Amino acid sequence: MTPVSRREFVTVLAAVGGGMLLGYRVDEGRAAPLAATAAAPGTSPPAFAPNAFIRIGTDGRITLIMPQVEMGQGMYTSMPMLLAEELEVGLDQVQLEHAPPDDKLYANPLFGIQMTGASSSVRAFYGPLRKAGAVGRHLLVAAAAQTWGVDAASCRASKGVITHVTTGRTLAYGALADKAATLPVPAEVTLKDPKDFALIGTPAKRLDTPSKVNGTAQFGIDVRLPGLKIATFALSPVVGGKVASLDDSKAKAIPGVRQIVRLDDLVAVVGDHMWAAKQGLAALTIRWDDGPNGTLSTDDVVQGLDAASREPGVIVRKQGDAASALSGAAKRVEAVYQVPFLAHAALEPANCTVHVRQDGCDVWTGSQVLSRVQAMAAQVTGLALDKVVVHNHLLGGAFGRRLEIDIETLAVRIAQQVEGPVKVVWTREEDIQHDVYRPYYYDRIAAGLDPQGRPVAWTHRLVGPAILARWAPPFFKDGIDNDGVDGAVQLVYDIPAIQVEYVRHEEPVLNTGFWRGVGVTHNMFVIESFIDELAAGSKQDPVAFRRALLGKSPRAMAVLDVAAKESGWGKPLPPGHGRGVALLYSGWDTYVAQVAEVEVTSSGEVRVRRIVCAVDCGTIVNPEIVKAQIQSGVVYGISGALWGQITLKNGRVEQSNFYDYRVLRMNEAPAIEVHLVRSTEKPGGIGEPGTAATAPALANAIFAATGKRLRKPPLQPGLALAARKT
Amino acid sequence: MITLNINGRSHDVDVPPDMPLLWVLRDVIGLTGTKFGCGVAACGACTVHLEGQAIRSCVTPVSAVAGKAIVTIEAIGQTPAGKKVQEAWVALDVPQCGYCQSGQIMSACGLLASKAHPTDADIDAAMAGNICRCGTYQGIRTAIKQAAQVAPTTGKGV
Repeated sequence: MTPVSRREFVTVLAAVGGGMLLGYRVDEGRAAPLAATAAAPGTSPPAFAPNAFIRIGTDGRITLIMPQVEMGQGMYTSMPMLLAEELEVGLDQVQLEHAPPDDKLYANPLFGIQMTGASSSVRAFYGPLRKAGAVGRHLLVAAAAQTWGVDAASCRASKGVITHVTTGRTLAYGALADKAATLPVPAEVTLKDPKDFALIGTPAKRLDTPSKVNGTAQFGIDVRLPGLKIATFALSPVVGGKVASLDDSKAKAIPGVRQIVRLDDLVAVVGDHMWAAKQGLAALTIRWDDGPNGTLSTDDVVQGLDAASREPGVIVRKQGDAASALSGAAKRVEAVYQVPFLAHAALEPANCTVHVRQDGCDVWTGSQVLSRVQAMAAQVTGLALDKVVVHNHLLGGAFGRRLEIDIETLAVRIAQQVEGPVKVVWTREEDIQHDVYRPYYYDRIAAGLDPQGRPVAWTHRLVGPAILARWAPPFFKDGIDNDGVDGAVQLVYDIPAIQVEYVRHEEPVLNTGFWRGVGVTHNMFVIESFIDELAAGSKQDPVAFRRALLGKSPRAMAVLDVAAKESGWGKPLPPGHGRGVALLYSGWDTYVAQVAEVEVTSSGEVRVRRIVCAVDCGTIVNPEIVKAQIQSGVVYGISGALWGQITLKNGRVEQSNFYDYRVLRMNEAPAIEVHLVRSTEKPGGIGEPGTAATAPALANAIFAATGKRLRKPPLQPGLALAARKT
Repeated sequence: MITLNINGRSHDVDVPPDMPLLWVLRDVIGLTGTKFGCGVAACGACTVHLEGQAIRSCVTPVSAVAGKAIVTIEAIGQTPAGKKVQEAWVALDVPQCGYCQSGQIMSACGLLASKAHPTDADIDAAMAGNICRCGTYQGIRTAIKQAAQVAPTTGKGV
């Protein structure tokens, strides 16, 4: 029996219309806080509340109701692989359905709410889905054995069929499902030994690919309904601003424009199609009351952060006496690092379709937090929760953007004013200018070195908002934002005295939230750039310098060695080229070492030539999906690190579309190699580490190529600025 | 009324002449495989074929394409080259979120129609206008080369 650390329960019911319904429930200590916020105080949990369902129909169809959403990360393949492995069916025998919103039934065990994000799906469902599959297999075998009057041990399950080994008799799962549903659920069930895995660990083909090459994949923006109107809008360009006056006379005259909706903070134009809505919007004359944020610029934000960084914060990691060790060190190095606001810029622009009626509300969207969408729509419309139906879709990228429900909230507010269904589509400009941005962070970091250049003290004070305090208050504990400090608190280097401090500082001029790689992305840039500074200051090789500090972290050492070897670390490069390394570990439980090779041209342009990653993410469910996710994360990371920044002037975001919010293109994309370091440890997260490792690897490579240390991305304009100063 | 020839079928649409083809396809005719990404021809998600050439439908007024042969992602698989490209995309599991892939495939088919065996530089030039935020560029490059190996080297392509 493979031990499972969490308490997992599998339940079995007869399905309506025949067949078997497998449910599973996970009791996870960490899930309690968020779940508690939803339940009324003093109520006890229901006796039967499985987290998710698997249907085995009398026709043999196996349906997995997917609690996790598909936004490119491969969950619509990895999760059915877990089920199919233990249930002993082919991956092609599993059908998927989007789950409806329901925290009780479909919660992510790691968070206690129905949520896809934080690189958590495989980590959360690796145990529960396998166990559910194993229970299903056990019951189907038992049903066959009873039918034949033979010992269950003489029966074998494979590809959806039970075979009685000695006589060769067979029964398909569909024929056994009704009977299996009536049998007692075993208290303990044996999971397959990993050496017997037929699917887990294999490069199984993605189930969602065929629909994504012929235009049939349905994203939220593709919803079509009878009588559907299309709306687009202008939201106050300044957070907290209001509509002061509106002249819509010209807009109303445009053919296809049906209605102008004016709300406190926005004006929407509803039309027969997006063109009418866009034309109508362009014809509006809106005067805005900017409110208190209307004069603020990025400099004001940075000044606020800088001031906050001069005060001590909450200590999140303390080891030894870092202050004394720092003051007593032979050499002391200090630096300030900053990272800018970033937009998500998923390629599917924000959108949501809503039909509000007297007696109900339908919402069509692609969200990472479906139950929150439902609760919000009920609250805004005043309808009972069960009168709100949320239809989920594939997400055309999300990267954390769809963990927020402002997109759906805005659509419901507009739809309340519209007769019939309305699809609210954000222009790219609104999408860039009203994102929920990666926060601006401001860090003070210092190290003390002994005479040989080895670090003896490390202090890291990071300053930024507490996203979790807003998004999931129970996870904001003791003044610490556990997302904001992720990666900084787990510093893998063996340094005798370490102090990590967190200073909460909110800047209400922009809404901030989770961006791919979350807190780790910011912390890795700071830590891995700074450790590189220490190596350079000690005239030591960056890989060797790190290796010497990894005596207590063999998995980190192993990925570093693989990345160094595969990248040809130390081999000569042409002038103007440089290699940079970064090493990542965080709460995702995944180790990544990345070596970036860049060329800086004579005109100062940074070209990323090659990226080599070594990854130890524990047990691998699908190696091709892991590799694809790392490649994906790297590309996303390059865009953010080289060019990404959202800046403010007069409270307004200055960027608006891909021509001024630059992202990496095919002709600029480097060759990316991903080397998987095999491990039998529990699965780690994989959607975000690639992004988080990239910015420091690039900055270190630029340093190797130019001698310029860039402590404030975006790196391309940063390099130009550094070149002008010298 | 404007008459459009889309995927071999005739459609009469009553829309303003300056309306971009993208919105006619998506909001009027209901062919939603062609995607909106930026509205300013900066991302390539809206790519379709006009007389065999890849164009950005978000900045193409519908009046400019009346009567001309328009092919969208929904029908590109009916052409030999389109089928090869789709097969290569499936074989290599190129898509992630998939949102940009209609445009990527239409640009790739446009490339292969003009260059049966494109070099890396040809691929860069033809595909630089198509953004993928999931970063599937490496897979796209490999898939184009794979499709080129099996694609018919004669004929007009798609």
